[in-house]
Amino acid sequence: MTTLTEALIAVPLMGLVILATRAFPFLLFSRRDPPALIRFVERFIPPMVMAVLVVYCLKDIQWAAWPSGIREISALALVVTLHLWKKNAMLSIFGGTAFFMLLRALI
Amino acid sequence: MPGQSSDGTRALRAAFPVTVPVLFGYIAIGIPFGLMLVKAGYPWWLSPIMSLLMYAGAGQYIAIGLFSAGVPLMGLLVTMLAVNIRHIVYGLSLIGQFREAGRWKPYLVFSLTDETYAILTGVKVPQNVRPGSFYGMIALLDQSYWVVGSVIGALAGAFIPFSFAGIDFALTALFAVLLIDQLKRSRDPLPAIIGIACAVLALAIVGPKNMLITALAASLAVLVIARGRAR
Repeated sequence: MTTLTEALIAVPLMGLVILATRAFPFLLFSRRDPPALIRFVERFIPPMVMAVLVVYCLKDIQWAAWPSGIREISALALVVTLHLWKKNAMLSIFGGTAFFMLLRALI
Repeated sequence: MPGQSSDGTRALRAAFPVTVPVLFGYIAIGIPFGLMLVKAGYPWWLSPIMSLLMYAGAGQYIAIGLFSAGVPLMGLLVTMLAVNIRHIVYGLSLIGQFREAGRWKPYLVFSLTDETYAILTGVKVPQNVRPGSFYGMIALLDQSYWVVGSVIGALAGAFIPFSFAGIDFALTALFAVLLIDQLKRSRDPLPAIIGIACAVLALAIVGPKNMLITALAASLAVLVIARGRAR
């Protein structure tokens, strides 16, 4: 585990990295048009990263042992259904999380 | 000073209503963040520090996991870069809009989260308010909701003896929701399919601890091969 001191050093540095990603286009392209590479990043990277992150969140499921991933997959299915149906991010996230916590307590 | 309800006050009044959805959303996502951080063994006050200095939902959540795993500093920074690279996209579409933001511009750039981006690209500036102040107040309100949510969660985690087991699923749900929104906009499932396939393979091959950075690198490589020639 990272110690508190290390975390306190890492947090502002991570903040700088995040700021750099946000400031990058403003610093570089305020006066000229962004090149093709950036358009590539813009179009294809965000859904790819999100897909990786969804799988990353499910990485600790023990598929071999009961209840396998039943709770996670059911709650995720609810999130997707709610979001396609109601299109309300807050409802999807709240609903799915509450359902998952309930399943955790029951199964 | 008659009629001098300052520009800032008018901007705040105009900005608040449009930020209400973010108020609820950030409280809802901020609370689990604070809870998880405290449950991972850190003091409650690290939560507002992270929310003030980093101010990135996904990034902060992932940082907790990386802290728990004891990932070294360089790994932390590279992962933050990978996870937040999508912000480059946001900036690109706001370059013109931020030209008129004046002294608020540095803060606006710093605080450009997914949700603030969504609002800023959708609002119209009211007539009697300077655009910079209006945008700035929206961004400032959003961050204050996030800080408040993360403090509430951290204090609850530290002082309320209630089982919050499973609250971290909020992060999974957040990513799933963002993915659905992006797929709806792009109508191109290939990047997401590549991402899922590479992530599953990375998990199987290098295991849960190192999968994130491996999956991001691998899927980027496959994506460049598959779509590198597209404009």
